[in-house]
Amino acid sequence: MRAKIAAAAVAFALMAGTAYAQNIKIGYIDPLSGGGASVGEGGLKTFQYLADEINAAGGLNGKKVEIVGFDNKTNPQETLVQAQKAIDQGVRFLTQGNGSSVAAALSDFVQKYNDRNPGKEVLYFNYAAVDPVLTNDKCNYWHFRWDANSDIKMSALTTFMKGRSNIKKVYLINQDYSFGQSVRAQARVMMKEKRPDIQIVGDELHPLLKITDFAPYVAKIKASGADSVVTGNWGQDIALLLKAAADAGLQVDWYTYYAGGAGGPTAIKQTNLNHRVFAIQEGVNNSAPDSAQKFETAFRAKVGMGLWYPRAVNEMRMFAKAVTEAKSDEPKAVAAKLEGMKFEVFDGGEGTMRAADHQFFQDMYIASFGALDPGAKFDEEGTGWGWKEVGKVKAADTVLPTTCKMERPK
Amino acid sequence: MLELITFSTLNGVLYGMLLFMMASGLTLIFSMMGVLNFAHASFYMLGAYFGFEIARHIGFWPAFVVAPLLVGGIGAIVERYGLRQVHKYGHVPELLFTFGLAFVIEEIVQMFWGKLPVDYRTPPSLDFVAFRLFDTTYPAYRMFMLVTAVAMFVFLLAILTRTRVGLIIQASLTHPNMVAMLGHDVPKIFMLVFGVGAALAGLAGVIAGPALVTQPSMAALLGPILFVVIVVGGLGSLSGAFVASILIGLVQTFAVAINASLTDLFGPTIGAALGDLGNVTVAQVAPVIPYLLLVLILIFRPTGLFGTRES
Repeated sequence: MRAKIAAAAVAFALMAGTAYAQNIKIGYIDPLSGGGASVGEGGLKTFQYLADEINAAGGLNGKKVEIVGFDNKTNPQETLVQAQKAIDQGVRFLTQGNGSSVAAALSDFVQKYNDRNPGKEVLYFNYAAVDPVLTNDKCNYWHFRWDANSDIKMSALTTFMKGRSNIKKVYLINQDYSFGQSVRAQARVMMKEKRPDIQIVGDELHPLLKITDFAPYVAKIKASGADSVVTGNWGQDIALLLKAAADAGLQVDWYTYYAGGAGGPTAIKQTNLNHRVFAIQEGVNNSAPDSAQKFETAFRAKVGMGLWYPRAVNEMRMFAKAVTEAKSDEPKAVAAKLEGMKFEVFDGGEGTMRAADHQFFQDMYIASFGALDPGAKFDEEGTGWGWKEVGKVKAADTVLPTTCKMERPK
Repeated sequence: MLELITFSTLNGVLYGMLLFMMASGLTLIFSMMGVLNFAHASFYMLGAYFGFEIARHIGFWPAFVVAPLLVGGIGAIVERYGLRQVHKYGHVPELLFTFGLAFVIEEIVQMFWGKLPVDYRTPPSLDFVAFRLFDTTYPAYRMFMLVTAVAMFVFLLAILTRTRVGLIIQASLTHPNMVAMLGHDVPKIFMLVFGVGAALAGLAGVIAGPALVTQPSMAALLGPILFVVIVVGGLGSLSGAFVASILIGLVQTFAVAINASLTDLFGPTIGAALGDLGNVTVAQVAPVIPYLLLVLILIFRPTGLFGTRES
């Protein structure tokens, strides 16, 4: 009798467990405090909006998608603690973007976890950590990356710089960790190849997300006589760098990855560098297709910020497609569908999730920030200035070879 | 080159003066009460947030006056009803009390203002270019910070050396029992000093908030450097704190400006022995240099530059 009651209790607990797991949970692990918090919060709101969009359309296979936020403080160790916590809460899909050092740790964690827990696999969707190594030497079957990796971005950026004859002296300033170091190394190699006449007058690495006053760095850029700065800085590191440049009246062209993040546009407006700050992005809102513009208008109305991450839209929509096609939200089945998937991306054109390394390829755009053209819809952070497309690289031209040799599940 | 030196000096002195505004209070509190106040940088953060909140509603100038007073008041209350109660159990509980207080303040700040940086802007009346030198502009607000810090230093020095209150404070630094015997209310003086120290940190926060970033991690970012300042300057020495603040401000700013690698500095033989470390530039290790200085001072001159006692 007692055994029966125990069995019933266990069965009941299991049933409660399944009822509890009705939602498809996506664990969002990114900085929600500290120096990366401004971009981390923006990302969380973006994903929540995208989940709401899916749920409003009826969810996936009758289940709702739920985003659960976890604060990793941009710290690799903390990330692993939070990832475990997420998995303990029934999360089977993780998404993260800020910090390639964090991404490398998480990718490694997911790989090991899946090796040890067959049948309970976890997928890792990377929307912004762009260290090339994640889809090359350290690639992993359970990791999918929607953002173009740093080499792809630098290749597009340097191709654009090739045509700009006013560039003579370039200053490199980057964050001192795997991603910043890879940006600086690639910038040197690619500029030498495409524009051997350009002189590199400075090559700076500074601590990640710790500097609150960039005035000493700006004084150094100024003294170097540079006419252009190339930087992969993100989060407060780009906003504060631009702010210090504005204070010092530094007049240079900026070639950036992430000038569009929180605080960046405000600082650029303050520098009065009209269309002299460039960023490489996967879309430009002011020249995007109607569907994307409509989406962004609604997004801004509800969330109160610009859409920084069109790639997050691609990620969530492709996830939805994979789950629907697989008729299952089992990570293993979803991964099999995502691999090699072709998809009409948010900003138009076809994108591919390359099966060999799980790197997504799509058209890339160079945009400049400044006074809006007549008819342009979107300004940023209430500055009255916005992004304008100045260059486009076809998806096919962004494809770089990979050294990835991933182990696939049997 | 001259340009770089000029602006690095300006930036370094400014940063140093900001450090001094906090270190002065910290070092006074330490020498008087023997308490290393871990929450001191938190008062700086409170100052910045109060400044932000008041500036948003009334304006920057009222904030400039009211916020430090508020922070000073909170400091006095903390001393009177917190620290004094713990005092009888000895120094370690006091230390732990301030340590815990730092976390409490950080959590409270996050509860009220969130984890994101707040938009604390330079007041429009100070938002212009002070001067232009070698084609680089220097914002008026930074000049204002510098002037405020210098004015505060002069004011503090005058009080300590020229007034009766200053005399009593100096006396109770070294002979608290004798001062009490003479009929002075030493606990009240402690409360006063703690309050003024907190107010100074608050003032630093109000003026630093718009120039640096007003965020919950600002206390944690600045706290460790403060300890370096007071140890290098010599515990309890106001002039020591001043020299050390300026020194660390300049060292950090100039280190950023130096491109030489360790191999360049020490020659190729030592450079080769350092391996990869040899290629690291001085600019890259700039944030570590103050702590290196701390270690060296503790080894070779434990009393600090101007200090007279070891603990």
